[in-house]
Amino acid sequence: MACMHVCPTHAIRVRMRKATLLRDRCIDCGECVNACANAAVLPQTSSFRDFARFKHTIAIPSPVLYSQFGKDVPPWAILAALKRIGFNDSYDAACASESVSIAIQEYLDSVDSPRPLISPFCPAIVRLVQVRYPNLLEHLIPIESPMEIAAREAKRLAMKNRGLRESDIGVIYITPCPAKALAIKNPSRKKHSFVDGTIAISDIFPNVLQALPDVLTGETGSEILGLGLGWPIVGGQVACLKAEDCLSVGGLDHAVRIFEEIENGKLRDIQYVEVHSCPTACVGGSLTAENAYIARGRVLKMVQRFGGKPCQDREKIRELYRKNFFSLPGKIPPIPIQPLDSNVSKALGKLQQKQELYESLPKINCGACGSPTCETFAEDVVRNTADTDDCIFIAMKNFETLSANLLEKVMAHSKRVRVMNPASQL
Amino acid sequence: MSASFSRSFTIEGRDFLNAGRASTQIKTILKELSVDPAIIRRVAIASYEAEMNVVMYATRAKLKFTMSASAINLEIDDEGPGIPDITLAMQEGYSTATSQMRELGFGAGMGLPNMKKNSDEFVIESAVSKGTRLTMTIYIN
Repeated sequence: MACMHVCPTHAIRVRMRKATLLRDRCIDCGECVNACANAAVLPQTSSFRDFARFKHTIAIPSPVLYSQFGKDVPPWAILAALKRIGFNDSYDAACASESVSIAIQEYLDSVDSPRPLISPFCPAIVRLVQVRYPNLLEHLIPIESPMEIAAREAKRLAMKNRGLRESDIGVIYITPCPAKALAIKNPSRKKHSFVDGTIAISDIFPNVLQALPDVLTGETGSEILGLGLGWPIVGGQVACLKAEDCLSVGGLDHAVRIFEEIENGKLRDIQYVEVHSCPTACVGGSLTAENAYIARGRVLKMVQRFGGKPCQDREKIRELYRKNFFSLPGKIPPIPIQPLDSNVSKALGKLQQKQELYESLPKINCGACGSPTCETFAEDVVRNTADTDDCIFIAMKNFETLSANLLEKVMAHSKRVRVMNPASQL
Repeated sequence: MSASFSRSFTIEGRDFLNAGRASTQIKTILKELSVDPAIIRRVAIASYEAEMNVVMYATRAKLKFTMSASAINLEIDDEGPGIPDITLAMQEGYSTATSQMRELGFGAGMGLPNMKKNSDEFVIESAVSKGTRLTMTIYIN
């Protein structure tokens, strides 16, 4: 039941003692993965065996991975360790984050679209907009994620330098959360992702940890530079932008409040809103290994040490931007909730029924009926996926009425018996 | 008679903490009914601006939301100071907001004009030191 209560979009029901998912309401945030005590909810990541079909594998770690080890472990060493544990190559994505930041700035400076623009890089946030805020789809900035940009670049380089075919190369993203893993399987806007599989940071963490001592004593590498290193924490994206009037938001509850305001026509003077479904942004993803606040501290230190020098030539990136290098093809479609009824009059009638039923419920959101709140229960009854009797309070009341009626009948019957048999002592 | 659904909300003046709650609930209802997002947006802006006006200027108000198959109706009836000059109040940029309200990001003088812009029918009646009554209708088709 924990998963049902923790789900921010009320997408889980417990029926016949099993949790079921209303897919059109799920935003892939991963809260249920963390909440489940029975490990019944598993993230859809890949296993090493899935990659045997590729001749050449490239690991692209989310820059969150750079914050999972001690403060003396530089990002280059982590990239080197990934090569020691079985990947043919590894490729940094923090530098791509810097490029994407430059592209965002260009977009803000040149495109006159409804403000504020919303960052589309947290897949759970994108789905939240698709499901609950279709009005705000046009606010999502149509720029490709650093993960996709890095994957495309890594593939292009491997094809050019090693003479490989695209189908020979497997790009594996080391992910901090299940939302990214699902976004790769099912990208919201286009048919194909440049990433071929995902592995959870928490799964690969022990292997990297084991390989690190050898790397640190036997190798040297070039530092990863730039403000892109700060992307995994709240405010990391905005820190890369020149634009003033930007917001950074972490946590679904806060995201919802900001989206309500934008929908009400407020915040028009804000240029850009960076939004993360996790309160501490990606370092707080459910598939990470390190405490989110410790990881955050390490990211801040890294930005302090290496952020000052850019890793990209700004002019080159601006030119690539003009050639649509960063553009996301296609539009993000809304994911409408199934209406109560396809006929508006009937739907209004059902809404009335729902409200009346809701008024008769205890409103304590106990969840014993298998729906997360009394309101969702009323909706489920109107939609015919639950029975009023599933509410234990209603069932008890019904039982009381039933037993009172029964008692009355029994009494009436015994009276008749007495009348017929005057000798009875009753 | 065709089916309709209605719901009433009470809005308290000065209650900035709960300001916007009625319009949020109205939006939730409209989304549940799969109303066109463009219409939801107009209803959202109209109801939110009306709600904010009550919170900022009036003592309290009743907001009644009614929806039928063809239209959405918003009725906001407040107890408050009333508006002495409605023509002036309807002008874009005219506001009687205090500097404190302006610091909170309100008082741009766009409330009433925005409500009118976003509704198909807009009726405003007001009596000084009694209150103001707004009726807004947004057609669905």
